[in-house]
This record gives sequence, C-alpha cells and structure tokens, in this order.
Amino acid sequence: MWEQIQANRRRSAVLILGMAFVLLTLGYIGGELLMPGAGLLGVGVALVIWGIQMAIYATGAQSLLLQGAMAREIQKEDSPRLFNVVEEMAIASGLGFIPKIYLVEDPAPNAFAVGRTPGNSAVIVTTGLLHRLNRDELQGVIAHEIGHLKNRDVQFMTLAAVLLGSIVILSEILWRSLRLGGRGRSRSASRGGGQAQLIILLVALLLVVLGPLLAQLLYFACSRKREYLADACSAQFTRYPEGLASALEKISRTPLTVSFASKATAPMFIVNPLAAAGGAGLFSTHPPTEERIRILRSMGGASLGAYEAAFRKTRGGSLIGPQSLRDSPSASIRAPSGEGPIESNVDVKFISRRALGYLRLRCNCGLEISIPEGYEQNTIRCIRCGSTLPVPSVVAPPLPPVASPVSEATDAAPLQYTRTHKGWESFRCACGRTIQLSPSFAAPQIRCGGCNRRIQIV
Amino acid sequence: MNSIAILILLALAGLVLILLAWVAGAYNGLIRLRNQVENAWSQIDVQLKRRHDLIPNLVETVKGYAAHERATLENVIKARNMAVAAKTVGEHAEAENILTGALKSLFAVAEAYPNLKADQTFLRLQEELASTENKVAFSRQFYNDSVMAFNTRREVFPTNIIANLFNFTRREFFEVKEEAQREAPQVKF
Repeated sequence: MWEQIQANRRRSAVLILGMAFVLLTLGYIGGELLMPGAGLLGVGVALVIWGIQMAIYATGAQSLLLQGAMAREIQKEDSPRLFNVVEEMAIASGLGFIPKIYLVEDPAPNAFAVGRTPGNSAVIVTTGLLHRLNRDELQGVIAHEIGHLKNRDVQFMTLAAVLLGSIVILSEILWRSLRLGGRGRSRSASRGGGQAQLIILLVALLLVVLGPLLAQLLYFACSRKREYLADACSAQFTRYPEGLASALEKISRTPLTVSFASKATAPMFIVNPLAAAGGAGLFSTHPPTEERIRILRSMGGASLGAYEAAFRKTRGGSLIGPQSLRDSPSASIRAPSGEGPIESNVDVKFISRRALGYLRLRCNCGLEISIPEGYEQNTIRCIRCGSTLPVPSVVAPPLPPVASPVSEATDAAPLQYTRTHKGWESFRCACGRTIQLSPSFAAPQIRCGGCNRRIQIV
Repeated sequence: MNSIAILILLALAGLVLILLAWVAGAYNGLIRLRNQVENAWSQIDVQLKRRHDLIPNLVETVKGYAAHERATLENVIKARNMAVAAKTVGEHAEAENILTGALKSLFAVAEAYPNLKADQTFLRLQEELASTENKVAFSRQFYNDSVMAFNTRREVFPTNIIANLFNFTRREFFEVKEEAQREAPQVKF
C-alpha cells in the first residue's frame, strides 16, 4: 500500500507542478500582453489569486461543507455497528488512526471522506445509506472512503481543485481584458516587430483558451483514476468486491440526488451525487458506475493484481504501478457475511435526531415525540392521544431551609435529573440545552455542554 | 592528461554517490516495511486482548440466563485462559482457533434461550465480540500482507544484498487453519 501512495505522490507532484506551470505561464504571458515588460507582475497576480484561493480552502472549506450538510458527529453508543465497520476497515487498511464519523439526514444514499490530517479526517454517511445497505455493502463503501484517506486523495484533489479554480479565474480575467484592450495593442503592433507580437498574441490566445480546458481534462481524469484506485483498495481491504459492487448498484439505482452536494464537493462522494444516472465523459468526476461494477464483478481474486487484471480486460490500459503490484499479495475472495442492514429506517432517524439535539419523549400511548432545542414550555401535548406530558428537565434538589435565596447560591446548587429507564434518555438542562444519556452511561454526574454546569444523575 | 584523470575521478565519485543513495533508499524501504510488520503485529495483540477482556463479561451475562450450560461456559473460559497464556506466533494462532470454536458453540447454545437473546447487554456483547473477531481477522490480514511485502522485498534482487548485509530476517506468517475454525473443536485438558 505504501508503494502505491508513493507512486501516487510522484504522479500527483508532476500533475500539480504542471498545473502550477500553466497558471504561472498564463500570468506571465498575460502580463506581457497587457503591458509589455510586466510579465513578472502577471506572475505575481497569478500567485496572489492562488494564495487567496488556497487560504479560503485551508481555513474554512471543510467545516463549511460539514455545516452546509448539517452533518453531526456521532459517537460509538449512537451506532455501535457503524463504528465497528469503520474501525474494521481502518485496521484492514493499516491507516493508523480511526477517522471521525458524521451522519447527515438525507434520504439519498451516499458517502464521502474529508480531512487533510489524521486529526480532522472524517467519513460522512447519509441516513439513506445506513438503512439501505447491508453490512457487507456498507463495509465496501467505507473501505472505498478509507482508501481515499489512505491514498491522500482529499489533500490532492483539494490542491488540484484550487489550482484549477485559479487557472479558470486568471484566464477569465485575461480573456476579458484582451477583448477590451485589443484596439490599443494593434496600434503598438504597427510600430515594429509586428509579426513577432502577432505570434505571441496567438500563442497567448491559445493558452488562454486551451489552458483551463487542459487543466480541467487533467483534473477530471485524475479524479476518475482515483475513484478506480479507491475501488481497488476497497476490494483488497474487504476481500469481498461484490459488497462494493452491489452497494454501487443500489446507490446508482436510487433516483435521489444529495441535496447538499455541489460541483466543488462532487469528487469526494462515492458516486457522483449530482448525476443520478452516473454520467460518463471527459468532464466527469467519477467513472461510469456500470463500468466500476463490471470491473469489480469480473475480479478473479481480491488483490490489487486481480483488480488490475479486471481493469485491463474491461476497460483497457493499466491503473496500478508495477511496484505496488509486486508487493501486493494474492488474496482470494471471502464468503459473504449474510448480515442485514446496519440500522433500521426508524433507528437511523432517531440517531440522526439525537445528533441534531432533539429531545426524545415517549408518550403513554406509544408515540415517540421529538422536541427540538429551543422549545421553552414545560409541557407538550401528544398529537395522537391528546394527553399533556411534562418535558423531562433537570430539577434543583430541595434546598436546606436555612439556605439564603441569593442568586449565586441557587447558581451553585447542583442540578439533578432522575433516570426513568435504562435505554437512551434525553432531558433538558436549565439553560435549554438537550442532554442525551446513552444506555451505557453509568457516571454519577454529567456536565452540560451549553452552560458547563454539573448535573447529578440519580 | 591531468584533466582526464580528474574527469574519471569525478565520474567515479558520482557513481559511488549514486550507489550510496540507492543503498540508503533500499535500507530505508526495508526498515519501513519491517516497522509496518511490527505495528501490524501489535494491532493483532490489541484486538486479541480486547477479545479476552470481553469474554468474562459475556460468560457472566450468559450465566444469568443459562447457568446449567456449565460445560460450554467452562470450555470458553479454559480456551480464553489458554489464549491469554500463549507465547509464540504459532501458539497464539492455535489457541485463538480453539477460542473461536468455543465461542461459536456458546452462541449456538444461546439460540435456545429467547430471554438471553433479547437481553440488551448480551446483544451488545455479541456485536462487540463478532466485530472484534472481524478486527482480529483484518489485522491478521494486514499483518500477513505486510509480512508478504517485507519477505518479497528481502528476497528479490537487488534489495536482497542489502537485506543480507544488514541481517534482515524473514518474518513468520500468522496462519489460521480453516478446518479447525469450521468444526468447532472439543477442548480437552
């Protein structure tokens, strides 16, 4: 695996350098064209555009993406089976760390990975994915995402996307100013050396038009190649290519698009979240899904070598470098586990609601009521049976009669909550924050995440 | 005359430098793979230990519902203690195989107790144990893959020269006897 990362890194370095070269040349020629002698200034402008874009990506892109998707980090108690699947794949890949897990409430089944460093690496799955796939299929999907993390695809695709964006912006600026400044230049051209300048102008025009196009082609080709590689890794980690194949089939058959996906984030998903049919072509971030499934299903083993052979047979060309192939052991395909979905449709909804801070309450008539944070009244009416229920909240224990009713004293008094059952339980803190207690919670007290006060659990 | 000698000397020095760089690269590659093998082994250890830690809880939970399944429970405990005491790679592999078999018969016995099967603690332990078993299998898979890569690198020309020079020894695979796992063996002491 390490060899593969190294080969990837070399290829990526070449690509990044190539794109950087296009960007800087574009800057230089643009500068010379608009104002002879200002080539270096143009390079400076190109660098500034690049720097700004890089800074935007480095600081906020990931958290913006997660916030925009309303993704919530979940803990092991929320879905032990999902956590186990992720841990298993992190171990199988030798990743060296366990990525965080985020859940997004979206009926469209999809998943993606983010993170440039081990600390902020995360796998994001939608609720639709969790209840539609069985354990083997989910394992295939998670292994694909961990393959992306292992191959450092997120870092690379971010860098490439930033460069691509900068090239597109710069060529747009040049294109506009060339059209505006065209008359001025023809005057200076007639003064002498007209032919040479005409050639430079032609080359520049070619670069302005073709540069971004070429960069885009490279970017998308690279993105597709990395998808194939992650598929190969998934097969090798799980030793069960059919899991991913059948998951891809299910995902692509669902006629839903992920509501929070955009063009910029599309390369990170397991299946292109925008094209429901899995559009093919040169300007696609993902290879056609049917082809990925065909390759996975024609694998004769579960090793990188078997993927390479299937890839050659189905599509032609080669994917994996000779050194990784030599180091990759032969591996046979294991038997399916036969386990069903990770969570039921109902459970997954509750997990997601819990992560979003909803207070869950069960009426005597059996109806489950979800109360969002910020609900201020102390009671709620059940919409099925009409009975009025108290909202579970903390209480201050009865104070000794001598206690003075000064505000500081009441602030310092410990809050208390009495557990009613052993399952998942939620209640409201005095500050309005919802607090969730898991079935395995056994400590005598908990700290409120909103006001940081201690609450005794009885 | 003099300048030709200098040129030859420079060329020789260049060749020696390239050779040294290659030796360093090959050596570092071997070290990296060996470290990966060792990390992978410690990961197996972590998972095996976790499995051993879960078993007493499981046995306690099952006792609450099916106390008279003494033989099965004792087999699990014995197999666990044997696995904890294992020293070499070979002993580990054998003891873990027996433990896997003993656990399988325990879960088969649990099928007959509907109350036990509905117990939340039991369900959670069952999932944890099943997953820990997967984790053992996956860490073993990664270990064997790493050993394979290391051994291959150690044997192929020209890295084998470096490997022999610096005494990189062959690593042992963690083998599992498939048949032993399937037939849930009897533990005899």
